[in-house]
Amino acid sequence: MAIEVRIPTILRSYTGGAKAVEGSGATLDDLLNNLDAAHGGLRERLVDGEKLRRFVNVYLNDEDVRFLGGLETPVKDGDTVTVLPAVAGGAR
Amino acid sequence: MLTISRAIYEKIIEHARKDHPDEACGVVAGPAGSDNPTRFIPMQNAERSPTFYRFDSQEQLKVWREMDDNDEEAVVIYHSHTATQAYPSRTDISYASEPQAHYVLVSTRDETETEFRSFLIVDGEVTEEPVVVTE
Repeated sequence: MAIEVRIPTILRSYTGGAKAVEGSGATLDDLLNNLDAAHGGLRERLVDGEKLRRFVNVYLNDEDVRFLGGLETPVKDGDTVTVLPAVAGGAR
Repeated sequence: MLTISRAIYEKIIEHARKDHPDEACGVVAGPAGSDNPTRFIPMQNAERSPTFYRFDSQEQLKVWREMDDNDEEAVVIYHSHTATQAYPSRTDISYASEPQAHYVLVSTRDETETEFRSFLIVDGEVTEEPVVVTE
């Protein structure tokens, strides 16, 4: 068993075009480090220093991890993590 | 080139007018790879601001999953500018992250005339494209 991570189009250059990859870890932070070992540079698109980037949405199953524990959110085998770049913009 | 039906074109403008002076935003989904915008999906502007928009993250997940289930993609991503021109701003460009989408900008800065323009935004580069409205 593993944790499935669904990757948006714009980040598939890090996964050789794959829409989903698998990883493991006890927390989201661990999982991202684990993924980065196989897909170098992916973590940095999601994490800025010690925090998740503001304009990237990461979901654990059906919930935005901002409402769970951010990077400290516990994850387990069988979970699905989905990454979607935020859709945003403005007048300036 | 963006080809869009008059019905959906008018729905986008109506949404922008209704939410003015806040920015309005949404998606028009279409069959994956078709470049044909067929399903109009107005979205909440979670910022509810006259100068910024952002899709609510939970709503975005729901819509993106639906599109995936339907074998659709976001053909159009639209939003309005309420006091400035219908042209992508620096923030619009830096946050554009659906490379296949037509980014539609609507401006409601004038009370009677609504500007409606479409752009491709790929790797930080903006290219305006013609809009063809079909009856």
